Amino acid sequence: MLQDTLTSRMKPAIALEGISKSFPGVKALSDVSLSLYPGSVTALVGENGAGKSTLVKILTGIYQPDEGTICVADKEVHFPTALAAARAGVTAIHQETVLFDELSVAENIFLGHAPRNRFGLIDWKKLNADARALLARAGADLDPTIRLRDLGIARKHLVAIARALSIDAQVVIMDEPTAALSHKEIHELYALVERLKAEGKAILFISHKFDEIFRIADRYTVFRDGTMVDEGLIADVSQDELVRLMVGRAVGSVYPKKDVAIGEPVLTVSGYRHPTEFEDINFELRRGEILGFYGLVGAGRSEFMQSLIGVTRPSAGAVRLDGEILVIRSPSEAIRAGIVYVPEERGRQGAIIGLPIFQNVTLPSLSRTSRSGFLKLANEFAIAREYTSRLDLRAASLDQDVGTLSGGNQQKVVIAKWLATRPKVIILDEPTKGIDIGSKAAVHAFMSELAAEGLSVIMVSSEIPEIMGMSDRVIVMREGRIAGRFERADLTAEKLVRAAAGIQEAA
Amino acid sequence: MANILKNRELLLVAAIAVLLVLITWRFPAFVAPSNLARVYNDTSILIILALGQMAVILTRCIDLSMAANLALSGMMAAMLNAAYPGLPIPLIILAAVMLGTLLGMINGALVWKLDIPPIVVTLGTLTIYRGLIFLLSDGKWINAHQMSDAFKALPRDELAGFPVLSWLSLVMIGLVFLVMSRTALGRAFYAVGGNPHAAVYTGIDVGRTRFFAYCLSGALAGLSGYLWVSRYAVAYVDIALGFELDIIAACVIGGISIAGGIGTVAGAVLGALFLGVIKNALPVINISPFAQMAISGMVIIIAVAVNARAERRKGRVILRKAEAV
Amino acid sequence: MAETHLTPRNIPDRLEGRGARLLKSWESLLLVVACLIFLGNSLASPYFLDPWNLSDATFNFTEKAIIAFAMALVIISGEIDLSVASIIALASTAMGYAVQLGFDTPALVVIGLAVGLACGAINGLLITGLGLPSIVVTIGTMSLFRGLSFIVLGDQAFTSYPDSFAWFGQGYVWWVFSFEFTLFVVLAIVYGVVLHKTNFGRAVYAIGNNQTAALFSGIRVARVKFILFLLTGLMAGLASICLTSRLGSTRPSIALGWELEVVTMVVLGGVNILGGSGTIPGVVLAALIMGMVTFGFGLLNVPGIVMSIFIGLLLISVIALPILWRRARRRLAH
Repeated sequence: MLQDTLTSRMKPAIALEGISKSFPGVKALSDVSLSLYPGSVTALVGENGAGKSTLVKILTGIYQPDEGTICVADKEVHFPTALAAARAGVTAIHQETVLFDELSVAENIFLGHAPRNRFGLIDWKKLNADARALLARAGADLDPTIRLRDLGIARKHLVAIARALSIDAQVVIMDEPTAALSHKEIHELYALVERLKAEGKAILFISHKFDEIFRIADRYTVFRDGTMVDEGLIADVSQDELVRLMVGRAVGSVYPKKDVAIGEPVLTVSGYRHPTEFEDINFELRRGEILGFYGLVGAGRSEFMQSLIGVTRPSAGAVRLDGEILVIRSPSEAIRAGIVYVPEERGRQGAIIGLPIFQNVTLPSLSRTSRSGFLKLANEFAIAREYTSRLDLRAASLDQDVGTLSGGNQQKVVIAKWLATRPKVIILDEPTKGIDIGSKAAVHAFMSELAAEGLSVIMVSSEIPEIMGMSDRVIVMREGRIAGRFERADLTAEKLVRAAAGIQEAA
Repeated sequence: MANILKNRELLLVAAIAVLLVLITWRFPAFVAPSNLARVYNDTSILIILALGQMAVILTRCIDLSMAANLALSGMMAAMLNAAYPGLPIPLIILAAVMLGTLLGMINGALVWKLDIPPIVVTLGTLTIYRGLIFLLSDGKWINAHQMSDAFKALPRDELAGFPVLSWLSLVMIGLVFLVMSRTALGRAFYAVGGNPHAAVYTGIDVGRTRFFAYCLSGALAGLSGYLWVSRYAVAYVDIALGFELDIIAACVIGGISIAGGIGTVAGAVLGALFLGVIKNALPVINISPFAQMAISGMVIIIAVAVNARAERRKGRVILRKAEAV
Repeated sequence: MAETHLTPRNIPDRLEGRGARLLKSWESLLLVVACLIFLGNSLASPYFLDPWNLSDATFNFTEKAIIAFAMALVIISGEIDLSVASIIALASTAMGYAVQLGFDTPALVVIGLAVGLACGAINGLLITGLGLPSIVVTIGTMSLFRGLSFIVLGDQAFTSYPDSFAWFGQGYVWWVFSFEFTLFVVLAIVYGVVLHKTNFGRAVYAIGNNQTAALFSGIRVARVKFILFLLTGLMAGLASICLTSRLGSTRPSIALGWELEVVTMVVLGGVNILGGSGTIPGVVLAALIMGMVTFGFGLLNVPGIVMSIFIGLLLISVIALPILWRRARRRLAH
């Protein structure tokens, strides 16, 4: 596979050898090697959870690998801090750029290494002039003196790129840089990548969009389940092959999906729209059904679900539950109506770190466990015991702070918490994101059981195997709209990827 | 118009202008240049203190101990002068600034090294510093006749027609402006408060930056201690009692966000001036000076509501159509 | 995967019994401190153990403690109310004004409580309705409420309270038990039950630990917070009745600086200033400790301001010591 003569003659700008990294309960990366070459774009592809972001964090000094070496220009280096990685010339442009909204564009570029005059004071004139020059090199026609908060995400990316140029980075990591960009902006970004290439930078380009990978990348590396499964030249591979490499195993066999007789419609959503986040959402959810919502990160799925349970208000649209029109203005009303949402951001929206497991589980159903407003601890423990054992929770005691549990077990507590309200409809947003294989299996098995018991399930997921393994039907969202609907029978990974990325069917 | 509304400082200038017009309508002499200069002079100490508080608030902290620091440094300066009347005044000022800085360093060190919430630290040191004044002075007053003439005269001496106090506050505004806009430390204040997480990525030590913010506020409180005691020619345990709230009020009115990272030197100065104009105008337009407290309370609430509206962040836009608008 | 369900694991409810948990708690440490101070006081002064002296000693903390109970809930929920002392001043001024208009004791009580509630409602509306940070809002209303008293009173004072009104601050319910102390005990129980035994109390903890997750879990966050500010206002009104009755006069500077003492009491009681944890028994013990220290220093003729140094040091050290302790332990572990 590595008979690529061009690159074998060149020295890599950065080379990773045998990198492994474990977190409690999960092996995020296992014996991974990767080399990036000057003047070349390497596309890193893989599903969510394949270990891409862990790799980026190791490259930028946020995580330290358990095993393996990193070499820059043939010298072994260590990145104990983010600053050390930046000094070695490695920089990353993240999806959510880490910059300062209240500071000017020029300052964001030069913060920490601003030009000084002979009195040691910041030389604003030179700062702005240098910033203007760097922005021009990044192909951005921006006034360096305006505040960053007045820019859109695309332009913030350009500022981040200018910052990368300002520290003379030799290795530039672009983590889904086009996820939030418009069509025109994406083309500007492509031009920029070409320019960085021409300047001899080594670029690691992470993306889920195959059209852009084939357009700008020279090489590819595929990650799956924390290992590198293949690498080579883009010229030697097809889109279909890449999708197959990425998805890997024969989908379906490991998923405990039960065949359930699908019943009558339970939830009907029609004409749902929001001024800035989504529009024209229409669908039906039936009894015993698992409805998958697939899409790229930022497609508006979570925003729609949160609007459905009353966290935000839609501008128009109707929801019927069992045929009756529902008006939901807050999550407490949604819970009472029988619609619950298990949020994606477990730490921020799901678990209440600081409270014990049993109190987390019973929080939304206190009205049921208590008597006239007074707590009944025995009832709480009974409910917590029932649901946590069904989800196969691993914990020392129910009185333990949820914060002490692993991610997977925290997720079980969070799911148990919303199930304890005995809902009719349960919405699971990325239910297995960032959790270990064992916990994933437990969550999937439990989801199947719930559907078999007649619960209606909506599962938002960005993982293709999970979507294909668990769903009866799939709705694909793209840019706030429904971009495709698929029955289980005619579901293929390629179709999903195409619909989500907006790739036209080959004629 | 929309631009003026967006710019906090211009909005404040407009508010002060409206205030002045309203006062002039009842009492034209208020806007005579000599009177305005007097109002500025009267507000000078508040301006100096607001500059220090601004630095602290920018880093997402708060300094409730500034007024107590002022009182302790002032008492020390007065006692020094009473005990050694021959001591040159610059030396006394230096001593007050150094004591103030030391007290600020204590705050900063507790916040930096022990991670204690700033509000708790300065709430604690506020009572401790006040108590120390009592221990230092044995509860006694230092009165005008115990102070040397040079000690009392300095803030009042005129230089090119303006009192030294006014000049000093202008110098402090210039110095702090220089620190905030032209030094790495000044920019770090903004970075630490605006996005502490990203500041770490940029190689900025968040705790250390906060420590220096407290040093600055302490030094300015120490300087104000001497100015206060010499201007009013008296020092006792309770001077400037509760003044910490006026300082914070000036900052809030000046558009300095209590959540950190947002605010300018001009804002702090204008916020202090706004309070100064109100305070000086009340007796003139025949409103009891007792109303001042209630008015500044109202102004704080209105200011924080206005600022909150301005700071409310735009959500992520997913729909293309909406992005184009 | 089904086999994992064949052997459901039994997770015990709790690993430690009630006793073990109690032993390790902050409250038991406070209890030891309280006992030591009690012992020290009784050794230092032969007059301390006299029941009437002890009863007198309670007056210097009961009014603050009454507010501290409500403040504890506010702080546990992640907010703060710095306007309580100013609410005392405004409520007291309103009662004094009502006396001038010829109202009698029952009406005064109603007015005191109503003003407290109204002030609490203003705080609550600004904070939950407009979503403003409570620390700034209550610094503003602190200035506003006391400022209104200053407008009404200037440098004057209301002094002509009816005789029957004196009972709230000076009267005794039974033997040495004053009305104030009885109120303190009753409210301690009420707040203890509300915080530790009801759904409402659980919601307060949930909000303080993670407001977003609490909202997603169906807790009506804004409503709970509004009620908490309302309660704090009401308690400040109640404290105002007691204090005004005890002093027999109202000046606009009444209860100046109390907000800091109340917050100190709450934090000393083990409530996390950042929200999320704390107990009413802890606050009760902190109130007793602060009361006894004040009284003990009084017996030893130590001036009140020196006592405030002690309280300030206490406030910082009770937070710093656990942090230093954890660090030392971690260093030993390595």
